[in-house]
Order: sequence, then structure tokens, then C-alpha cells
Amino acid sequence: MDALILLIPIALALGLLGLAGFLWSLKSGQYDDLDGAAERILFDDEPADDTKNGDA
Amino acid sequence: MNMPQSNSATPLDADLFVRREKDNAQLDLVVEGMHCAGCMQKIERALNELPGVKSARCNLSTKRVAVSWDASQASSDDVVARLGQTGFDAVPFDPKLVGAIDENESTRLLRAMGVAGFAAANVMLLSVSVWSGLVSDMETETRGLFHWLSALIALPAVAYAGRPFFDSALKALKAKSMNMDVPISLAVLLACTMSLVQTIQNAEHVYFDASISLLFFLLIGRYLDVQTRAKACSVAQNLLALRAIAATLVEEDGSTRAVPVDHLEPGMMIIVSAGQRLPADGIVTRGTSDIDTSLVTGESLPVSAQEGAQVFAGTLNLSGPLHIRVSAKDEASLLSEIVRLMEAAEQGRAGYVRLADRIARIYAPAVHILAAATVALWFILGAGWQPAVMNAIAVLIITCPCALGLAVPVVQVVASGRLLKQGVIVKAPDALERLANIDAVIFDKTGTLTLGVPELTNGHEISDQNLHLAASLARESRHPLSVALVAAIDGTKPVDTGSVSETPGFGLEANINGDRVRLGSQRWIEHASEETSEGPELWLRRADDTPVQFRFADQLRPDAIETVDHLRKKLDLALLSGDTHAATKTVAERLHIAHWEAEKTPGDKIALIKQTEDEGHTVLMVGDGLNDAPALKAAHVSMSPASAADISQTAADFVFQGKALRAVQDTIETAKLARALVFQNFALAFGYNLIAVPLAVAGYVTPLIAAIAMSASSLTVTLNALRLNLKGRADTWTR
Repeated sequence: MDALILLIPIALALGLLGLAGFLWSLKSGQYDDLDGAAERILFDDEPADDTKNGDA
Repeated sequence: MNMPQSNSATPLDADLFVRREKDNAQLDLVVEGMHCAGCMQKIERALNELPGVKSARCNLSTKRVAVSWDASQASSDDVVARLGQTGFDAVPFDPKLVGAIDENESTRLLRAMGVAGFAAANVMLLSVSVWSGLVSDMETETRGLFHWLSALIALPAVAYAGRPFFDSALKALKAKSMNMDVPISLAVLLACTMSLVQTIQNAEHVYFDASISLLFFLLIGRYLDVQTRAKACSVAQNLLALRAIAATLVEEDGSTRAVPVDHLEPGMMIIVSAGQRLPADGIVTRGTSDIDTSLVTGESLPVSAQEGAQVFAGTLNLSGPLHIRVSAKDEASLLSEIVRLMEAAEQGRAGYVRLADRIARIYAPAVHILAAATVALWFILGAGWQPAVMNAIAVLIITCPCALGLAVPVVQVVASGRLLKQGVIVKAPDALERLANIDAVIFDKTGTLTLGVPELTNGHEISDQNLHLAASLARESRHPLSVALVAAIDGTKPVDTGSVSETPGFGLEANINGDRVRLGSQRWIEHASEETSEGPELWLRRADDTPVQFRFADQLRPDAIETVDHLRKKLDLALLSGDTHAATKTVAERLHIAHWEAEKTPGDKIALIKQTEDEGHTVLMVGDGLNDAPALKAAHVSMSPASAADISQTAADFVFQGKALRAVQDTIETAKLARALVFQNFALAFGYNLIAVPLAVAGYVTPLIAAIAMSASSLTVTLNALRLNLKGRADTWTR
């Protein structure tokens, strides 16, 4: 029973973290182009000086 | 008609669609040629290298690029030109087109889904502990704590994630009607309230897990539904953006500039060069040309236009530049007539109710009566109000339409996705359902069964020498008949003709070894023939030799004969055309369509569709012309090719791309398959209710059983819906 007092809040906090992560990824447009995201992994590495498009 | 867009239209001035904020300029471009990681990287790299560009981001799902740049360092033309150098044709995308479907709606649903998913998982975690505790040694205090925790998570989550359903249910109730969301909302709200009461009394069973996971499942279905529609909408928007043309406006000082078509006002002067579509109705003030009206009237023979002639928007200027004064949107004009007919037709069709809604009309009251009966039954049997209400809630939860809410959207998603891969866009949300009901197809001719591109028909009667000579002259012209002539010699080396001059509306002339060679109309070669041609024709005459006639006919779609043969086995076919008797007859005979009618006005077409439907048929109309638009609206369901007039594409429920007519057959088959799956799912759901509802009424359904039954039924119907995809795979393998 004592363990539950600790474990349940931890479980909930972890769940909330996941939910926050999902809402953040949704807001930052990571679900806008799922086809593109699948292809982007095949990009060759950008030259080091090209920082304009960091997320590519 | 199917001329490359780059030649036949003035490219739209990209500057018109740039969104500016101080020095920051933003533009969305449609890049149809973007297919893979390589293309995306090439585009992004090329644009990022351009001085002034701040960011360029490709979206492969929508085939668009969002570019933002410093307006003081670069212009929109630089951006488009840069893409051109990289080998990609880019068309500016009008931000006004976005918003046709509410993008926020899908984000809102996704957010609700995230919240519901989080809550469902955590509440389920607590519930499972309680369920296992019930059979072992859990203390009542611990159970109470878990119930309170569940309430703490579930109640705010339901309040947030249930909004889409509550809103829609309220709207339906206000309109004094019923939809699926009414029983859903009622079940969820009642279950939550009752569970809260139970928690306060520290009772054994609560239904928080059932209500929140119900919302989660249903939100998945609703999200998929919106997502499919958004995808189809974005493809349709790209198609329109690719076709958008600018009008070349002549200012009073004689200078010209490109403006969007909707900026045109009556009285403005515009120039339409050869090969362009007319952007507005008007009167020709200067120039002579031939006008191809096939997209407007369905006629395959061009008509000539001189000074003073009335010309219509959507027709194609074939041979010479025309100066046109834009005329007022006349109430008596062809377009107004079409719009009037379309509105009338629209009102006639409003009667269709979606299958799921039709079932909801019976289902919702039945569920409510059943729940009320359960309460009454338990009262009569002498139970207290609490167990009576609990059992009624169990009934509501068990009967909640997961199958309808989840399985129908999944079938729609899979079917639309499969069609999209074949180049068919499903535009109306209920289009697949309506298409599955048809038993008759009415085709338009020009541009639908045919490609709307002329083809030389009497090539074998003409000597090689003459054919080559004619083709060599024709190379210099963009008239569709000239293009057809050049296509007829199939790339073999043409004769050297020296300089060729073109007289719009008449023909071509060249001087070869001192002989005057002319190619064009009968008048042009000064010859009066008794022979009347059924289709378009060209005449070739070298000096005073006997003239040679070249006859042309509209080319059938490459697979038209097989497709029509296949469709005839199951459906009644008819051909309705605005074209001449002779031209329609030829096509009908080649395709063996027994029932055909020619020279029909848009009004006649509607009347014929009404007549066919009155005879008890359900009609699919396939057409492309402006004159077909009212018929497309009047028919039970409609399709149009992507080359169709804008207004017809908007009116049609499906748009198919490419030359193959097979798309029509594929779409009908997919629609029938989808309907079969939907019915199977209804049967599955009904069967499951048949077993579970008596248990619920009898009071044997605990939250645990409800959770298992609900998940099991949702999974079965979803998996069954996915079978459509397997079928699609098998098809591609065998092909």
C-alpha cells in the first residue's frame, strides 16, 4: 500500500509526459507530412555549414 | 485539349499569391513532380542556396513546397525560376483554396484522441488492478482510492475529448433530429455520472474505463474519416492550382499584365493567344481564329470567330490571337443558364441520407427504449433504483455503436486510399456509398469516352509523299489538327519547307521549289468539294494539283472498348452528347452502345437522367464538359476526368486522372466491395449485440465484461475492414 502512494503518481507523471510529448509534436507540425517524414530518413547528410534547414 | 499546360496557359504570376509581412515573403508552390527523398532534397537544397531564402520545406503528402524569403533580396520569380532550373515545374498555390476543408478539425480531433488515449490507458491500468483485486484480497479503501483516481483522470478527459460528440449531438437535438452522437453522448455522460455516484458510495463497479475507451475508439474512427477527406481535398486543390490560368489584361496605355481570372471586370480588354483557354465571356474586338467549344457544348468541330463574335469562357482559342472585351455576366449567358440548372438539380438530390445515419435513425431510439425498458423491468422486479440504472447504463455501453463509428470510416479510408493510388479522387464523403447503388451509367462523349484530341483517320488513303509534306507544314502550327498530322507521321524526317506562314482561321502556306503549297480549310485552298465531312478536315494543295483531303476524328480513350464491354455485363449504358448526330453515332457504334442520343442541351440531359431514374434506375453520370455540369449534379452519383471544365470537376463526386477509362470500372468495383464490407461489419456488430444485450439487461455485464466485449468487437470490425486492402494488394500482384 505504501508503495502505491509513490508508484501511482510516478506512473501518472510518466503518462502525462507522454501526452505532453504527443501534444508538442502535434503542435510543431510533425504530423503534417507523414509521407515526407518516411522519405527524409534517406537524405544524405547535409554539409556542415548548412544550418538553415537544421531539421532536414 | 490535353496540350501541355506549360504551352497552353499563361503561367500565373506567382507574385499574386505571396503573403508578405514587412520584408518577409512567403509562398506555397505546388510541385507535381516531387516523388521521393531525392526530389525533396534537390528542391530544398536548390532553394536554400538562393540568396535571401530563409527556409524551404517540402511536403511530400501534399506535393507542395513552403518557401519564405527576404523580399528585399529575392523575388517570387527568382524562386520559381530556380525550381525550373532544378527541373521541377512549380505552380503557385492560392492560399484562398486552403480552408475548403477545416485543417483545424483534424488537429482538434487528434488532440482529443491523444488525451482520450492517455486517459484510457491509465484508467484501464487502475481498473485492471481493481478487477484482479475483486477476486483476491484488495481492501475496500484501496479500491475506493483507485476509483477516485480513475474519476480524477477520466472526468476531465471525457469533458475534453467528448466535445466533438457532445457538440454534434446537441446540434442534432436542437434541429429535432437524431444522429449516432446522441446515444454515444448519452451513454458516456450517464456512465460517468453514475460511476461518480458509485465512487462516492464506495460501491464495487464503476464504468470510467468503458466511457473513456469508448471515446478513444470512436475518435480514431472520426479522425480517419476527416483525414481521408482532407487528403482528397488537397489533391483536388492541387489539380485546380495546376489548371489555374491568368488573363492577359490590356491597359489603356497598351501595356499588358497578367491578372487572376477573378479580377476581370466587364469592359476590360484582354488578349488570348492561340492555344489558350478563354478566361471570360466577351466580344471579339480584333483578330480571327477558330474556337474549340468542345468543353462547353460537347461539339467536336471548331467554330470560327471574327470581330464582333460572342465567345464564352472555357472555350479554347485554336489558331490566332484574339482581343476580347469582357462582357457583363449576362443573365442570359450560357454559364448563368448552367448555374441555374445546377442549383435546381442540387435541390432535387438533397434527399440522400448516409447509410450510417439511416441506421442511426432506427438504432438510436431502439437503444434508448431498450435502456428505459431495462430500468422499468428491474423496478418491477423490486430492485432499487441504483442497480436498475446501472444495468440500463450497461445496456447503453454495450450497444454503443463502435462498429458504425469505427468500421465504416476504416472501410472508407482503405477504399479511398486504394482509389487515390489509381488516380481517382473521392470528393464527396458519401460518394462511395452512392456509387455502390448504381445500375445504369450515362456517358458524355467528347472528352469522356474520347480524349477530345483529333486523330487522322484516312492516313492509309494518302500517299506518303503528301502526308509528309502536310506534316512538315503542320509542324509550324499549334492547331490541334496540325498536331494530329505531325503525330501521324510518327517522328519520321519531315520535308524541308522553308518558311511557313499561318493565316489564323484559314491555314498554312509555304513556298517549295517555286510552288505555292497550302494546308487548311476548303476556302483556303480555293476548292469547293461536294463531299461533306462528318468530322474535322484539312486540305492540302500543291500549286494547282488535285487537293488532298485529310479527315480526322476524335480519338477514343485507349481502353474505352474493353471497359465499356465489361461494364455492359452488369449495368445499363447510355451515351448522351451535345455533339452532332453523325459524330455521336460513330462513337456509339464503335463502342456498341445501343442507347445513344445526340445534340442534347444541358436541360435535355437532366430530363433524360430524371426519366431514367423515374424508370427505377440509379444513374452514374460520367462527363467532362461545362454542358454536363448540371447533369453531373442531377445524377445519383457522378464522375469526371481531371481534364474536365473546372465547374464540372467541382460538381462531380469522383475525379479520375490519366487517359484510361478503366478508372470508372475500378471505382465502381471498389465501391461495391466497400459496401459489402460495411454490411459484413453491421452483421458482426449486430450479432455481437444479440449476445451481449440480453446479458446486459439481465445484469450480468460487469465493467470487465463490457471492456472485453467492446474491444473485441472494435477489433473484429476493423480487421475485417482492412481486408479491402488485402484485396487491393492481390490485384496489383496479379496485374
